[in-house]
Amino acid sequence: MGKVVLVTGVSDSFATLVARSLADEPSVEKVVGVDTVLPAGDLSGVKFVRADIRTPVIGKVIAVEDVDTVVHLDLSPQVRGRGGGKELNVIGTMQLLAACQRSAVVRKLVLGSSTAVYGSSPRDPALFRESTGARGGVRSGFPKDIVEVESYARGFARRRPEVLITTLRAAHLLDADHFSPLGQYFRSAALPAALGYDPRLQFVHVQDLLAIMIESVRKDRPGTFNVAGDGVVLLSQVARRLGRPVVPVPPFGFASGARRVLRAVGSDISPDLHRLLMYGRAVDTSALKEIFGFEPTYTTEQIVEQFRAAVRPGVLSGLGARA
Amino acid sequence: MSEDPRKNIGARSAKPGSGRTSPSSAARSLAGGTAPRKPPTKAKATPRPAADEASPKSAASPKPAAEPASTKAAPKKKSAASKRSSPTSSATTSSTKGEARTGAAGDRTTTPSSSARSTATGRRLRAVTEDDAARAAAEAAEEAQRRTRTAGAAPAAAGIPIDEIVAAVIQAAQRVLGSDWDTRLATLLAALRRRMGGEYAVDEFGFDPQITEILVGAVEPLAEKWFRLEVRGIENIPTDGGALLVSNHSGTVPLDGVMVGYAVKKYAQRNLRPLGADLVFQLPFVSQLARKIGATLACTEDAERLLTSGELAGVWPEGFKGIGKPYAERYKLQRFGRGGFVSSAMRAQVPIVPVSIVGAEEIYPLIGNVPSLARLLGVPYLPITPFFPLLGPLGLVPLPSKWIIEFGEPIRTDAYEPEAADDPMLLFNVTDQVRETIQQTLYALLVDRGSAFF
Repeated sequence: MGKVVLVTGVSDSFATLVARSLADEPSVEKVVGVDTVLPAGDLSGVKFVRADIRTPVIGKVIAVEDVDTVVHLDLSPQVRGRGGGKELNVIGTMQLLAACQRSAVVRKLVLGSSTAVYGSSPRDPALFRESTGARGGVRSGFPKDIVEVESYARGFARRRPEVLITTLRAAHLLDADHFSPLGQYFRSAALPAALGYDPRLQFVHVQDLLAIMIESVRKDRPGTFNVAGDGVVLLSQVARRLGRPVVPVPPFGFASGARRVLRAVGSDISPDLHRLLMYGRAVDTSALKEIFGFEPTYTTEQIVEQFRAAVRPGVLSGLGARA
Repeated sequence: MSEDPRKNIGARSAKPGSGRTSPSSAARSLAGGTAPRKPPTKAKATPRPAADEASPKSAASPKPAAEPASTKAAPKKKSAASKRSSPTSSATTSSTKGEARTGAAGDRTTTPSSSARSTATGRRLRAVTEDDAARAAAEAAEEAQRRTRTAGAAPAAAGIPIDEIVAAVIQAAQRVLGSDWDTRLATLLAALRRRMGGEYAVDEFGFDPQITEILVGAVEPLAEKWFRLEVRGIENIPTDGGALLVSNHSGTVPLDGVMVGYAVKKYAQRNLRPLGADLVFQLPFVSQLARKIGATLACTEDAERLLTSGELAGVWPEGFKGIGKPYAERYKLQRFGRGGFVSSAMRAQVPIVPVSIVGAEEIYPLIGNVPSLARLLGVPYLPITPFFPLLGPLGLVPLPSKWIIEFGEPIRTDAYEPEAADDPMLLFNVTDQVRETIQQTLYALLVDRGSAFF
């Protein structure tokens, strides 16, 4: 008998992709997608259930569909204009885990976490290992949500030790077709950056992250893993490669200053991004390579290069060597 | 004086020209032998003999002097005449402007008798009144100058030909960049273009070798000329593989870190990866630069990562206690942290190289501190040096002390098991050993160096 997989937050374009790819898997019998809004993309082969994971309805969905694998992707940074990010992230996870705990058939949970769990601060080590805790920058916003979500998952693991939990701490996606806060930022015509800071950034390729998600459903890979492309790039470097001018903004009041600049060029910035844009963050992926057994195909530099090729060239593209 | 400023200007500029070239000088020498040698102020004092002698002796010679002066200076004269004050303008009523000028000049400069004569023989006399003579001399000097200019650099008037400019540029490029200047210039431009296009790689720590290369070159004059840096024991730095450089820290501003990095790069051709305090990564610009030159946070994770990957890491275990100690306590080592550097080296099984730096203590002698303001600004200390707040930015110039950096004999840690890093007593012993080695070397180096500045 194949697996029955529940994918939360399926209206997000990346989650849609995961659900569709899971439906194509031979070992998967059925894929159930749950979200409060209808997905924009095609959901062929995926059974869509309109439900809110913040309510006990999700328990009924899990019970009715005999779900044995839960892929929790309904964790998203707050987007301006769409309130209740915290509600969705934290309360949704609580309800979902409560439902999983009640169910007798759920035997695997794949948590689509984020490297935001490490926060971002000047006291950070150069590369975060899975065992390193956050040293700052997790006191508000999305990083705080993610820290709480992971702590709930750990509590769930204590109460239901027989359930395999795979926590994937993924770096930001940088892709022309899928939304991510940093992707939105780098698509802007001008890039506000904190004066005197040049953060190190890491990205993960959509194909790599997708393959890792499928792999963790198909095989048993319990544990916590950082997911990112090899290498790091500097913010100034990415800006140059994309040919987009950097607008220096004073570090004090960077959050509001950056938003003002981005609004002026007809874009917007997700909140909680300003700390990352000051101090940066990079993670160690050796556990992913050695324990999980997955070698990322794309380096961070290649991801930036693909992104550059896909988006509209910036006004300064002529200056670079690839003009 | 105030009515005609040009008079004085002309008189002064006439001086060099009047030596040989100007026709007016010839006129003057004819008129009164002493005139050309005399400064114009003196000529002013004795206008009478010049005016007197000019009229009978030089019948024809004043003419060439007068002609250019009168024709070329016509517009000037006009404006000068219009500027002239009311007593002179009263004289213009009966005659032409030129005549009026002579009359006016005569009124001011000559005696009543000569002025009477000037009205009789106006045209000839005009050439030798003192301001006219000066103007003529100025004109002549200008003329002569123009002639020499055109003779010396003929293309100046016609515009410099393009091929000459190109040749000059090529010559300059050859002088600056050497004989293979064109390939070197092309490489330089290509490198610049790659930088502008973000076409360069940094490692996981944000280390940018290209920027570091440039900065090492920039620091070289400071190290070699200003501090007269002397490096000893460079052979103690392993040519490959990891090692932990442990050094004393001093000097209010961590220039000693920069200098050790420079010495390692210059004399051992290796990149030093300094381990810095978190304040370094908090400050704008400093954090950006620190990451680019390969620094990273002084924490066990980063130290072990660097050492196990075969890098040369540098650590200053005294930290702010060492760098911010008063000048009176110079060259007295502070506590060497908590010995974390020894455990990192043991786990990575790399040698510890003790580094002793002499000279850094004197660059900014710390004689005071403002703890309250420092707390307010969130920095560990706010230094007062004999020059710093007093001379403003000038006080930021480090004093030119003589520096010696000695790399000591490596202390091997591979004799211990990696698990020995969990034995605190062993760590304390090794820490003390390193600290004592550096302290003793410092004393020896101080005796060697003698005076701090000479």
